[in-house]
Amino acid sequence: MPESVLFYVLSGVMVAASGLVIGQRNPMYSVLLLIVSFAALAGLYIVLDAPFVAMAQMIIYAGAIMVLFLFVVMLLNAPQEDAAGWDRVHPLRRPGVARIGILLAVVLVAELGWALSKVVALDSPVGARADGAVVGSVRELGRVLFSEYSFAFEATSVLILVAMVGAVVLARREGDA
Amino acid sequence: MIPLSHYLIVSALLFAIGTAGVFLRKNVITILLSIEIMLNAVNLSFVAFGRYAGTVDGQIITFFVMTVAAAEAAVGLALIIALFRTRESLNPDAFTSLKW
Amino acid sequence: MDSQLLLRPAVIGLMIFIVFNALIIASAILVYAERKVMGFMQQRYGPYLVGPHGMMQPFADILKLLFKEELRPKGADKWLFTLAPVLAIVTAFAAFATVPFGAETTLFGLLDQPIKLGVADVNVGVLVVFAVTSMGVYGIVLAGWSSNSKYALFGGLRASAQMISYELSYATSIAAVILLAGSMSVREVVDAQAGYWFGFVPKWYLFLQPIGFLIYAIAGVAETNRAPFDFPEAEQELVAGFNTEYSSVRFALFPQAEYINMVTMSAVATDLYLGGWHFPGVPEYLGWLAFLAKVGFILFVYIWMRWTVPRYRYDQLMKFGWKYLLPASVINLLVTAALVLYFNA
Repeated sequence: MPESVLFYVLSGVMVAASGLVIGQRNPMYSVLLLIVSFAALAGLYIVLDAPFVAMAQMIIYAGAIMVLFLFVVMLLNAPQEDAAGWDRVHPLRRPGVARIGILLAVVLVAELGWALSKVVALDSPVGARADGAVVGSVRELGRVLFSEYSFAFEATSVLILVAMVGAVVLARREGDA
Repeated sequence: MIPLSHYLIVSALLFAIGTAGVFLRKNVITILLSIEIMLNAVNLSFVAFGRYAGTVDGQIITFFVMTVAAAEAAVGLALIIALFRTRESLNPDAFTSLKW
Repeated sequence: MDSQLLLRPAVIGLMIFIVFNALIIASAILVYAERKVMGFMQQRYGPYLVGPHGMMQPFADILKLLFKEELRPKGADKWLFTLAPVLAIVTAFAAFATVPFGAETTLFGLLDQPIKLGVADVNVGVLVVFAVTSMGVYGIVLAGWSSNSKYALFGGLRASAQMISYELSYATSIAAVILLAGSMSVREVVDAQAGYWFGFVPKWYLFLQPIGFLIYAIAGVAETNRAPFDFPEAEQELVAGFNTEYSSVRFALFPQAEYINMVTMSAVATDLYLGGWHFPGVPEYLGWLAFLAKVGFILFVYIWMRWTVPRYRYDQLMKFGWKYLLPASVINLLVTAALVLYFNA
C-alpha cells in the first residue's frame, strides 16, 4: 500500500517536473526542475529495491552533471529564447510546426505505452533471486559488474578519459596554452 | 503492488517528453536537458525490467548509461561553449553556415 | 494494545527531534566556541560581556540578525534568491540523517527490541551522506547566481568549482574505508572498528589508513569551505562572497548551514576513522558520550586550523585538489585494495 502511494506521488512529481523542464523559457529554471525530476527518480529507484542506483543517480546526475549544466548556463549567461529578434510567443505555443510536434509527441506516448504494456501485461515485479541473495545488494552488483561486465567497465573508463580530454580541448580558447 | 506496465508507461511518458523537448525547443541547452530526460526514462525501464527478471543486470546497465550520459553531457557542453564563442547565440537555427 | 507499537515510533520521533535540535544548538555553540578559541589563540579574551564568560553571545548574534531588514536586490531572481539558503540548510540537516551516533540500546529495558541511535540506518549510508553533501553545492551556486551581482557570481562559481573538485578525493578516501569494512552502512563500518589489537590498541581505521584519514580531513575541510580553503567565504574580507547581497534571516542560514556541515563532516570522520562510539574503557550504553567527545575534538581542530594557517589562493587550491590530493587518494585506494586482497586471500 505505501509502495503504490509512493509510486504515484514520485512518478507524478517526475513527469510534472520533466514536463515543466521543456516548457520553461529560462534555462536556469529548466535545470533546477530537472534536478527535482532526478530526485523523484531516485526515490522511484528506492521503491524498486535499487538503493545503490538511487544514490548513484543523485551523486552522478543531480550532483555532478547538473552542476555542469548550471555552470555553463551561468557562464554563458544563457540568453532566453525570445531575445533579440525572435517573437514573443512561448516556444510551446507557436503555431504550425509546434502544434504538429506536440501532436506527434502525444502519438509517441500512446504508441510506446501500448507497445510496452502489451509486451508484459502482468503482475508485480519480483524481488528476491531464486538462490536467496537479495537483488540489488551492493555485493551482488559488484560481483556481476566485475565478472560479466568487466569489458564494458574497462571500455567505459576509456570513454570517460576520452570525454575528459575532449571537453578540455573543445572549450579551450584560441591561443591558450 | 505496482505492476511492471505502470513503470514502463511512466518511462514512455518521460521519453516522449524528452523527444518533444528536443524537437520543439530552440535553445541548445534545453535540447541537451531533454536528451538527459530521455536517458533517464531508459534507465527507469532498465531498473524496472531488472527487478522483474530478478537479476541485477538492469541496475548494471544503468551505470553504463549514466556514465555515457555524463561523458556526453561534458562534451556537449564544451561544444556549446565553443559554439557560443563564435556566434554569441544559443539558438540552433543560428548555425546555418553549412546550409546551401 | 501493544504498548511497544506506540512506543517505538515515539522514541524514533523523539530521537529525530533531539538530533534536529542538537544540530541547531551545536551551530550556536560553535559560533561561541569559534570566537572564544580564536580569541585565546590571539591572546585576547573573545566575547565576555554578554552573559557569564560571554556565553549568551550566539543569542545576541541571532537576535541582531533577526532584527535586520530583509533586503533583496532589484534584479535578483525572486524565487531562487530565497531558495538558495533554504537548499543549503535543508541539505545540511539531511546529511546528518544516516550518521549513527551511538550503539544499540533498549533504553534500560523500556523497549523490547533494541533501537539504533541514529535517525536512519540504510545499507548504503555512506553514499547517502555523500550524495546529500554534493547537493549542498547548489545552495551556494544559486546564491551566487541569483544575487545578480558580479562579486556574488564569482564567489558562487569558485565555491562550487572548489567543492566538486574536492568531492572526488573525498569519495575515493571513503571507498578505501568501505573496502576495509566490507559494507557501506555507516553503522557496520563503526562496528567493524570494535575490539583491540594486542589487547589495548583500538582497532580504529585511523591506524590502518593514516594517509586516507589525512586525505579525508583535507577534502572535508575543503568541502565545507573552511579554514585554509575558505576562499569563497573570505572574499568577504577581500571583496565579497556568494552571500554579499543577503541579509537577516536568509544570511543567517548560510553560516548555520556551514556549521552544521562541519558537524556532519566531523561526525562522519569519527564514524569512519575514529571508531565512532567505541572507546577503550567506555561501556556500550555511554558510547554516545565518547562519540560527542571525538566530534568535539575534531571541531576544535577545525577551528584551530582556521586561525593558524593562511588561506590558499584559488589557483593553488584547485591545483592542490586535482594534481596532488586526487592521485594520492587513488593510490591510497589501490594500496588498500592490494593489501586487503593479500591478507584475506
